[in-house]
Amino acid sequence: MHIVEVSGIHKSYKSTKALDDISFDVNYGEIFGFIGPDGAGKTTLFRILTTLLIPDKGNALVLGNDVVKDYKKIRKRVGYMAGRFSLYQDLTVEENLKFYATIFGTTIEENYDLIKEIYVQIEPFKKRRAGKLSGGMKQKLALCCALIHKPDLLILDEPTTGVDPVSRNEFWDMLMNLKEQGITILVSTPYMNEAALCDRVALIQNGKTLSIDTPENIINRYTKIILGVRSDNMYDLLLKLQKYKYTHSVQPFGEYLHYTDKREKPNLEELKDYLNKNGHTSSEIITTPPDIEDCFMELMEEKEHVN
Amino acid sequence: MKRFKGFLIKEFHHIFRDKRSLLILFGIPIVQILLFGYAITNELKDGKIAILDQSKDEITQEISNKILSSGYFMLYEDLESQNDIESAFQRGIIKEVIIFEPEFSEKLFRDGKASVQLLADASDPNLANMIIGYTSSIIQNYQQGLIKSGSVQPVITTEVKMIYNPELKGVYMFVPGLMSVILLLVSALMTSISITREKEMGTMEVLLVSPLKPVQIVVGKVIPYFLLAFVDTCMILLLARFVFDVPLTGSLLLLILESILYIITALSLGILFSTISNNQQTAMMLSLSGLMLPTILLSGFIFPIDNMPYILQLFSNFIPAKWFVIIVKGIMLKGNNFFYIWKETLILVGMTIFFLLLTIKKFKIRLQ
Repeated sequence: MHIVEVSGIHKSYKSTKALDDISFDVNYGEIFGFIGPDGAGKTTLFRILTTLLIPDKGNALVLGNDVVKDYKKIRKRVGYMAGRFSLYQDLTVEENLKFYATIFGTTIEENYDLIKEIYVQIEPFKKRRAGKLSGGMKQKLALCCALIHKPDLLILDEPTTGVDPVSRNEFWDMLMNLKEQGITILVSTPYMNEAALCDRVALIQNGKTLSIDTPENIINRYTKIILGVRSDNMYDLLLKLQKYKYTHSVQPFGEYLHYTDKREKPNLEELKDYLNKNGHTSSEIITTPPDIEDCFMELMEEKEHVN
Repeated sequence: MKRFKGFLIKEFHHIFRDKRSLLILFGIPIVQILLFGYAITNELKDGKIAILDQSKDEITQEISNKILSSGYFMLYEDLESQNDIESAFQRGIIKEVIIFEPEFSEKLFRDGKASVQLLADASDPNLANMIIGYTSSIIQNYQQGLIKSGSVQPVITTEVKMIYNPELKGVYMFVPGLMSVILLLVSALMTSISITREKEMGTMEVLLVSPLKPVQIVVGKVIPYFLLAFVDTCMILLLARFVFDVPLTGSLLLLILESILYIITALSLGILFSTISNNQQTAMMLSLSGLMLPTILLSGFIFPIDNMPYILQLFSNFIPAKWFVIIVKGIMLKGNNFFYIWKETLILVGMTIFFLLLTIKKFKIRLQ
């Protein structure tokens, strides 16, 4: 049985289509990621799955229950971490956790094992009010609160937004641990590099899913050759490459610009020549394996051409 | 039940950690009662007047003395001629000039009729009215004495007696009115803000997803404010009794029960507002402009309803505070028992049920 089964979900707000014919399944014990820019429809989709919104069309089963008819059953078994962390700013760390434990009919002690690893990191601050915590600590506390009733499914809406990179990595480590303990996780994020950490990902844009697969398969399907280009003046390099007649795409990626060619195989000599003529005499060009971000950029661009 | 208790504890934490809510809950009632009781008073005390006595006989002396010894007035100056009147008023210190006509006592005993002219500075019409009222009644009083002693022929005079509030004390009127306003403020405004705050902070999302029933959420929000509003009621009554000597002629128990009913009405309005507004600001605007203003203006607490245009009189029937003011005045001042106020009570009960039904219909178990 799938933990989540969604088929043909539509949802509109007045004239804007937030979700347009979304279908996917989530298997037991996997981390399923929704990757997409702001406004893609991730939050709307998650609110439907947590029974907070009713879809205009289509069906969704969560843990075998219909999100419209059996919403009460779902609400007991799902752990939900909303986009803004949903903490009471004027309650302390401990009081927040205790409150969420009580309303789900449990105690901190009862499920302490599950949150222990995460909670010990914020326990020194347990008397501090949640409003005074850093972004990373708020995120950990919110995760503890979502986990305290030992849910079968964890739904996390952009849990890493607004959190520093170190805390983000730690957070993903925690998710991996939870997965080991048999909790299925549905997570959304605007950061494409986090996609590689999921078991399966769905790329979502303008309310439509572009591709649903494992990160490996998505990368394997990518056929273009990627060149990493670097020079002293990266901004000027970007401008010059955008003007190059064979350029298919050029995107900044860390220290390099990722360049793809319109032709099947790029001609390195020609490119080097072009750059030399345009003042980038000390440029460096390497071939680099595609990253999941390259694939998403490509998919999103294709989509925009179709539109 | 344990869930509900946890929820209640959280609510009390919210209230007692927020200095602003504490100020609204306990500061405002005390300040308002004291302000209305002391500062904004309709009573006259040591009003400065001038007297132009063109007769200077025994009777006019006696009348003047009576007026000045009443405690309401203080003689600022004696005027010598009609020409001084205008400039006396111009200086803005005196509020009234009393003019006795020449040969006052002769006329009174010969013709049975003599006149006193009262001029009042009506740039403050309420005050002028009051001054004239007080002065005339003192003169009337004196005349009565003359009639009784047989020295003048009887003429028909009206005898005015203010019942239930013989001294026309303003604070008697303000206490019921303020109770209605303060309880509304505490109950309706505070609950609606507290519920919409959860919506705004995003915590409502998680509460809805939790196994807590919507009823539990709402009741849990309401109970703390119910208790606090009750504390406020007691505070106002104590202040009224021991600081301003407002009598309580009726039953205290009945008064408290009626106050509880009114608190519930106000709370149900608060919940209703919070279900139809999505953020604290809307809830606050709704409560303040949609509730507080009509309550202050149309409950009959400051402006008498009988003097309003017909349309406003009709409209005032929809203001819960109007009925509560009638009830409280009835119990405190007239000593009414339940049989005199059952109609007003029934109206409040009806309003409460209506608001609650509307809330249940509007309350969303989801976000949309």
